[in-house]
Amino acid sequence: MKKYVIPAAAGLVALLLLAAAFAPWIAPYDPTLTELASRLQPPSAGHWLGTDHLGRDMLSRIIWGARASFGAVAMILVLVLTFGCSVGMVAGLAGGVVDAVLMRICDAFMTVPTLVLALFMIGALGTGITNVVVAIALSHWAWYARLVRGVTLSLRQRDHIAAARIAGLSRLAIARRHLLPALAGPLAVLASLDLGHWLLHVAGLSFLGLGLAPPAAEWGIMINDARPFFRSAPLLVLLPGAAILLTVLGCNLLGDALRDRLDPGMPDHLH
Amino acid sequence: MMQLEGVHHAYRQGGIFSRSRRHPVLQGATLSIGAGECVALLGPTGSGKSTLGRLVLGLERPDAGAITFDGAPLTDPRGRMAPETRRAIQAVFQDPQAATSPRFTGYEVVAEPLTVQGEASRDRVAALLAEVDLPAELLDRPAHRMSGGQLQRLCIARALATRPRLVVLDEAVNSLDLETQAKIMALLKRLRAQHGMAFLFVTHDLRLLRGFADRSYVMQDRRPVEVESPFGPGPLPPVLQALRDAILPEMPRPRLPARRAVG
Ligand SMILES: Nc1ncnc2c1ncn2[C@@H]1O[C@H](COP(=O)(O)OP(=O)(O)OP(=O)(O)O)[C@@H](O)[C@H]1O
Ligand SMILES: [Mg+2]
Repeated sequence: MKKYVIPAAAGLVALLLLAAAFAPWIAPYDPTLTELASRLQPPSAGHWLGTDHLGRDMLSRIIWGARASFGAVAMILVLVLTFGCSVGMVAGLAGGVVDAVLMRICDAFMTVPTLVLALFMIGALGTGITNVVVAIALSHWAWYARLVRGVTLSLRQRDHIAAARIAGLSRLAIARRHLLPALAGPLAVLASLDLGHWLLHVAGLSFLGLGLAPPAAEWGIMINDARPFFRSAPLLVLLPGAAILLTVLGCNLLGDALRDRLDPGMPDHLH
Repeated sequence: MMQLEGVHHAYRQGGIFSRSRRHPVLQGATLSIGAGECVALLGPTGSGKSTLGRLVLGLERPDAGAITFDGAPLTDPRGRMAPETRRAIQAVFQDPQAATSPRFTGYEVVAEPLTVQGEASRDRVAALLAEVDLPAELLDRPAHRMSGGQLQRLCIARALATRPRLVVLDEAVNSLDLETQAKIMALLKRLRAQHGMAFLFVTHDLRLLRGFADRSYVMQDRRPVEVESPFGPGPLPPVLQALRDAILPEMPRPRLPARRAVG
């Protein structure tokens, strides 16, 4: 079972990533090109997945939607990992007052619900994908900092770190050779589960008209646009919905597989 | 060669916001290790043997007192060691699983001290493995797929890589079964005869010392006290007497009125 699920998930995510990266080249149409003469068409040779209420090509919009979603999620990931890793490592390695202060700051950020922060930022600074990305990153980095700090603390006492110091490695080399590989597994698991969440947040806020704005091609916007036509053209809702579902699923499965790979110390029966 | 003079060391207990008490582990510790000498450090658990070892290795800095190597301070005021000194003092720890990254192969474990100056090569590491009687096929095996005895030999090979003049063996054989223990002890004896390095042999198991250590210290009241002959008939520090009593007799004999065992 697992033998097929993991390659399937990896293939799916790879496909979506490729679509996102090469959207301008592989999308058959401009995703914002309206053609009112051919609106609400069922799938055909000209439009493989049909057209929406403004005659825009659905396949092209799904592909560009992947680009929008993954772009936003990638930005969140970069922010969260950079911030979380640096704060966590500094706290874990420095200890003492530095650690205590940084962890109290983390505690404060962990109490902030994503949606409340996002709505607050949008209310204060206006709608836009940047605000959504920053709000999601701000409400999530603290978990990463805590995780990194915990792993750093538990490793700091271990003799292979002492051995590395005795070998004469610099602090940076020890962080790179001994700390980062140990962090990769737990971070991958946490991030893969969060990727799905973030994707849903981005889509949800765009659905509400608070993230990306129409006519941009984004799955949340597409679902919102298609609501009035759900009865006559259910595909317009189902396709972006399926795209979100498959992406979230693929990310979660891939994260599990990644953890299994990156945790060599764990016996097989615990996987 | 290695000299500790009136060394104090304490660990802080509890968090930042709780009343922080410093818990003294070493007070006025004095100890010397000559070139090529095998010095044993005995003591019950929690008596500060490992702490003393970490100080000798420069992993920890003393709160007071002086640690000198070849007459010069072991570390500079910021706690850094000169590269030659760093290479001259190596260590083997008690738990080989904890002392090797499970992500490393045999080669990566042993080559680590050599990578710093870019002198690691497969030939060199294979020669080191041969020195500790390990087959060259372990070069590419992940550390977490080796037995405890193999891993400890690997750690010894790593400690030998820079041709050190002093090796701190912190309970280096105590996690192994009796047969492996005897083999590793024989290996250590042979290596010392070959290379003439000094050992600081930390243990709570008195039996290991017979015919191995040149001089012995026993931890008493947070400092090492030198004992002339730990197996001789003369008067002994009470801690050592307790360690001696803890040794199991070769043949079981009727139980004596209860004595408190240590360790
Ligand atoms: N990192 C640390 N932080 C706080 N206290 C410590 C730390 N390391 C050791 N201690 C304390 O210092 C004391 C001496 O510890 P040490 O490890 O030196 O003992 P030991 O003689 O090596 O014992 P064992 O035979 O069990 O290895 C112990 O009471 C221990 O609890
Ligand atoms: Mg110890």
